[in-house]
Amino acid sequence: MEVGQLQKSFVDYTASLFREGFLDGQFSQLQQLQDESNPDFVVEVVSLFFEDSDKLLNDLTRALDQQNIDFKKVDAHVHQLKGSSSSIGAQRVKNACVAFRNFCEEQNVEACLRCLHQVKQEYLLVKSKLETLFTLEQQIITAGGAIPMME
Amino acid sequence: MASSSRGRESDERPHVLAVDDSLVDRRLIEKLLTSSACKVTTAENGQRALEVLGLGDGQHANNCVSEINLIITDYCMPGMTGYELLKKVKESSRLREIPVVIVSSENVPTRIKECLEEGAQEFMLKPLNQSDVMKLRCYMMKLSHPSKGQLCIGR
Repeated sequence: MEVGQLQKSFVDYTASLFREGFLDGQFSQLQQLQDESNPDFVVEVVSLFFEDSDKLLNDLTRALDQQNIDFKKVDAHVHQLKGSSSSIGAQRVKNACVAFRNFCEEQNVEACLRCLHQVKQEYLLVKSKLETLFTLEQQIITAGGAIPMME
Repeated sequence: MASSSRGRESDERPHVLAVDDSLVDRRLIEKLLTSSACKVTTAENGQRALEVLGLGDGQHANNCVSEINLIITDYCMPGMTGYELLKKVKESSRLREIPVVIVSSENVPTRIKECLEEGAQEFMLKPLNQSDVMKLRCYMMKLSHPSKGQLCIGR
């Protein structure tokens, strides 16, 4: 595919991620912070988010699998995940975490398990979409083009 | 663990200590600050922050990193909260003049009140963006260059 087409795909794809609520303005902040001195800043921070989230989701699964669930611990993990998803602009993950915390407060096991499932779904979705976005970027660069700046 | 961004010895840039237990947030605040021409040292918890400030257990003041012009700390941290760190800084005659900004993902009025009463310069909501960091620069300039004086147009 030639550069122009790749760039158009990139712009359209990015716009759809914002339109569908997967990403919010905070992601744009990350993109704006990327510069010549830190050309891979977005990928770097998002990778940190992926690592952090994988661990937190494992911790959450384990914590909710206990005989006597420590809801404070569960809440602490969700709080962390809510924070990091918010920091990178992963809006749907963040919103799923907000709902999750309400049920932690109520100590509602069934609802918490449903929320965990929801958070995992949203996380896997945004992860896959961001990976697609980064692949598109890489293709543009390999084809010798520049990444279009989004408005 | 604390890390510093590289800079020349006779660095005129304001030096900010950023404290947060989240690795994602530490990286983000570091980049926001370096993009605003600040030198940054990050710390992952209150205890480590105290060590950077020379208030760690059994430390002598001159073991610490070069002068800090602003402290930005997350409120919710395991072990020592940002509020507790703020208190320790304000209790120190050597450090109490350093402006401390508390950041939090949660907008809790009682929390904000207690931090401001304890002497926090400001309480900001996460996630921070470039314009938030721009606002913080006026606190930094006042401290490191008192003679140059800068008109700080308030919040």
